[in-house]
Amino acid sequence: MTTAKETGQGLSAVADLARRLLPAEGVITDRARLRTYECDGLAHYRVTPALVVLPEDARQLAAVVKACADHQVPFVARGSGTGLSGGALPHAEGVLIVTSRMRAITAVRREDQRAVVEPGVINLDVTKAATPDGYYYAPDPSSQQICSIGGNVAENSGGAHCLKYGFTTTHVLGADFVTAQGETVPLGSDAPDSPGYDLLGAVVGSEGTLGIVTSATVRLVRLPEEVRTILVGFESTDQAGAATSAIIAAGVVPAAIEMMDALAIEAAEAAVRCNYPDGAGAVLVIELDGASIEVEQEYADVERLCNENGAFEQRLATDPADRALIWKGRKSAFAAVGRISPDYIVQDGVIPRTALPEVLRAIADLSSSSGVRVANVFHAGDGNLHPLVLFDDSEEGAGDAAEKVSGAILDLCIQHGGSITGEHGVGMDKSKYMPRMYNDEDLDTMQLVRCAFDPDNISNPGKVFPTPRLCGEVPGRHKGTHPLQEAGLAEVF
Amino acid sequence: MSAATIDRTAREAVASACADVHGAGESDHVDGITPGLVALPEDTAQVAEVMRAAAAHGLTVVPRGRGTKMSWAMPPDSADVLLDVSRLDQVLDHQAGDLIVVCQTGARLSDVQAVVGEAGQRLALEETVTGASIGGTLAANTSGARRVATGSARDLLIGITVVRADGVVAKAGGRVVKNVAGYDLGKLMIGSAGTLAVISEATFRLHPVPVTHRWVTAPVADPARAQDLVQSVLHAQAVPSAIEVEWVDGNGSVSVLLEGREEGVAGRTATVRSLLGDTSVETVDAPAGGVTYPWDLRASGDQRHTALKLTFALSGLASVLSSATEAGVSLRGSAGAGVAYAAIPPGTSADAVKIAVDRLRSACTTHGGSAVVVDAPASVKAEVDVWGPIRALDLMRRVKDQFDPDHRLAPGRFVGGI
Repeated sequence: MTTAKETGQGLSAVADLARRLLPAEGVITDRARLRTYECDGLAHYRVTPALVVLPEDARQLAAVVKACADHQVPFVARGSGTGLSGGALPHAEGVLIVTSRMRAITAVRREDQRAVVEPGVINLDVTKAATPDGYYYAPDPSSQQICSIGGNVAENSGGAHCLKYGFTTTHVLGADFVTAQGETVPLGSDAPDSPGYDLLGAVVGSEGTLGIVTSATVRLVRLPEEVRTILVGFESTDQAGAATSAIIAAGVVPAAIEMMDALAIEAAEAAVRCNYPDGAGAVLVIELDGASIEVEQEYADVERLCNENGAFEQRLATDPADRALIWKGRKSAFAAVGRISPDYIVQDGVIPRTALPEVLRAIADLSSSSGVRVANVFHAGDGNLHPLVLFDDSEEGAGDAAEKVSGAILDLCIQHGGSITGEHGVGMDKSKYMPRMYNDEDLDTMQLVRCAFDPDNISNPGKVFPTPRLCGEVPGRHKGTHPLQEAGLAEVF
Repeated sequence: MSAATIDRTAREAVASACADVHGAGESDHVDGITPGLVALPEDTAQVAEVMRAAAAHGLTVVPRGRGTKMSWAMPPDSADVLLDVSRLDQVLDHQAGDLIVVCQTGARLSDVQAVVGEAGQRLALEETVTGASIGGTLAANTSGARRVATGSARDLLIGITVVRADGVVAKAGGRVVKNVAGYDLGKLMIGSAGTLAVISEATFRLHPVPVTHRWVTAPVADPARAQDLVQSVLHAQAVPSAIEVEWVDGNGSVSVLLEGREEGVAGRTATVRSLLGDTSVETVDAPAGGVTYPWDLRASGDQRHTALKLTFALSGLASVLSSATEAGVSLRGSAGAGVAYAAIPPGTSADAVKIAVDRLRSACTTHGGSAVVVDAPASVKAEVDVWGPIRALDLMRRVKDQFDPDHRLAPGRFVGGI
């Protein structure tokens, strides 16, 4: 165990090294300035880091990690800090390594359908760099104007369009990776199926607990010939859910199907005046893309299926401004809820799509029995729910009540065979729920990966897993003598 | 280790783990290695029992699905127990509305397709080797032509149950497509050749079967032309499901598969035909030669081709084709995905194979890829570096040591002697 004194000495050593390697503004030790990094997008967890460094390149970053490893100082990587699970919450006795100065788009290679980017690059900037060549970067979290690729890689971020195009993990083909011991290793490559274990597959979505990606080679996707965005108003979420199922059952794979309920619509209207259909109990935002002829046909199917399931209004965006306004309502929904409630919890559960009506009714029951309002915004196509649990923290007990409803929603997701997180990550916020989804053996097995990559448990410790055993420690249930050994039939080697 | 050296207590321990345990026959050999015992568990719990017995008695274990690719990769250093999962052959659940299927890994890929096909759906993994199991398909990470559109196993597997080397059963992922809770163990298992754990169940996302399809094929006589055609299709907006190349003796063809609705496919076929030129032809069936591996899958022993999997950045196609011509090998594969397969005829001397492999490997690595000998006669495997350079090998060893500290599972079969 490291003592407090040793920790202090270790931190000083890391700070000294950082000062030698980085420009002065890249090393922050001043208390007031450290506090600007005390939280990520999940602001109710706050920890002031002991040291913040902002490396300018991979070499500096690796050197800082190496120093952390040498002195057993924990470190946390942070991109833009937009994460919603506290994954980039600093460690009080550790170093926060911020990648926001590593913003080079190193290459855009149309001929290979690849771009190479540093971790601090903003998601949308990859698309902007590729668009002149007719390409884009497909994963599109709602925060894509500010979130970084490094954060996306850590969280395996999704977005509205991953229904058709897949998540970050499908779109990251290679990476330069700094292990928790400070070694730089290349993972994956420009080409698919690198021989050996798919370590990159394990790293993407590991929430910074295995090491830090300093460069990512990402897939660029050809822009579709045609995109159609349709806004459909329904009287109820049941109808909208049924329409969603009917569309999928018809073999249509839309680029996105998003749903918002009445409360979420009300919030979006108040915030961005998106002009959604009056009196709608639910809206669907459906986007079709691909070759023009097929989009035309799919549109006819979607229009019919929505009507058959009770749509009272359908609007096809006729120009980019229309399309942008429809999406603005959806993508601003989280922040918009601030207009109708002083505080709220963004939940991120997943259910099988067919369980949607049942789960929505159960959420409504939870809401009415607890008196806690819940606005629903979600990726209906893949069953990823973002219930927004509203509360006023100034009222006594309101926060606890909201937290309870929020947890109960996750239990609903697990009961229906779903997941506690579809795209926001486990981070600090949901590690306590992991044992509800996975048993000890599952979590133990995941821990094997951690021990291979980060045996000292210094890379973003305390995230994702509730109370990980130490590497090398034999899990509890294996303690004592094996029955075969007892019977004299075997020896432990 | 041969059958004779497994002592009686160890043998009895394995026999008590599942009902069917017997000695190895001719068909149970693993690339020339004779297993001591063959165990056929009936479910995940029995797989775990076998692994626990093997762990208690220090036995090595080589997993087998349907045994269609047992000669692939390197022969194991030892195979005390051949753990055959072919009786775990059930499709456990197909939720058509959610586009997912849960199956045991001894199930044949074709059987899974038959079940999901009834609902107009498919698992977008092609049966590249007839009769292949789900488990073997994952362990060998095989993929077919359609990977251009729907990716490979890593893009389709959403949940997995494995039995570890110590007999502990663990799962990761789940039954929903979107899920970022915990580490993605499935990705580590894909392509791991049975060296990390025994995969007993797998859950996949499914895709709707398109209404119709067309192939457009054009002859090409030089590598640069082949690359130009492939690039023109990639940069068009024709949404191809496959872009294949065939290359024999400095000549070949480029083929494009279009799938979807009738009118859409007709329109996109016209687009692609205009790109591929006047000599292009439109067919319903896959082009002559098909989209299978260019080697003889039925051959065994010294009659096998030296079979290679080549990968490269998309712009490396012309140079890979040129290297194939220089090496005198035929090649076929997914030009639109940067994956191709090459075959060197049986009877070629190990030295000559080595020269050809080096030439292909040099072209592939120049373009960010690799050339791996998937299968070859024993004499070739003994002489040729089948894997080529492996990046991050130390980290891979550390993963192996965590999952299987005693190197019980398929020892020696994988990269770097893992």
